[in-house]
Amino acid sequence: MEANEHTKQEYEKMVEEVSPKSPIVKNCILAFLSGGAICTLGQAFRHWYLSMAMTEEECGLMVSVTLIGISAVLTALGIYGRLGKHCGAGTEVPITGFANSVVSPAIEFKKEGLVLGMAAKMFLIAGPVIVYGTLTSVIVGLIYFLLGR
Amino acid sequence: MEFLKAFLVGGSICVIGQILIDKTKLTPARILVLYVCVGCLLGAVGIYPRLVEFAGAGATVPLTGFGANLAKGVMEEIDSAGAFGILTGGLKSAAGGLAAAVLFGFGAALLAEPREK
Repeated sequence: MEANEHTKQEYEKMVEEVSPKSPIVKNCILAFLSGGAICTLGQAFRHWYLSMAMTEEECGLMVSVTLIGISAVLTALGIYGRLGKHCGAGTEVPITGFANSVVSPAIEFKKEGLVLGMAAKMFLIAGPVIVYGTLTSVIVGLIYFLLGR
Repeated sequence: MEFLKAFLVGGSICVIGQILIDKTKLTPARILVLYVCVGCLLGAVGIYPRLVEFAGAGATVPLTGFGANLAKGVMEEIDSAGAFGILTGGLKSAAGGLAAAVLFGFGAALLAEPREK
């Protein structure tokens, strides 16, 4: 029994030593390359839109909208989901990942209805992001307002 | 050069997220929430705008940029509209991106069929 416990611990230790390390390095490299690539694509659009005499603000919006559109198409084709399996945070953290988190459940849950299916599930992940983002912005605004007086 | 900077900074921000996924029990949804809040705070104290100046889309494309944009929006709106900006500034600055995501999400859902996993 004791020997059994011992080997079990040893085994767990061995698993811990062998398994997580190589995936985390590989995952990080893939996240870096894919995330970096998406941002570089964004930079290319930014460069292009700025050359069209857009203001900084219009340009920022248009880059986001373009990437959201590309992500929506790739999500609908099932490509973004497949990329995400390999790229992890590299495809989740950019705005394309946010768009994917809206589009993907919208497609998946439409069979449950257009209101409580598609429309409600659209915000499964985007909802919390908007809730906490809005709360943080109100707190920031409140502090800024009070300090500014 | 601007593309290299965007690549390096954007990639690094994603790596931080990947480390959080692998090393902690944080789910991707929680990481996105965390990123928006952290981005908003870094935007408020003026650090994130400098990163945007340096890395362009490398800083604006990750979700921290969305957060920083909320902070920028709320502060600018307070400057121009006063106290009401506390409530309207954040979402106003996010309106375009959110409307686009909803529109594309709706469109994709109408056109595409769910696929087998």
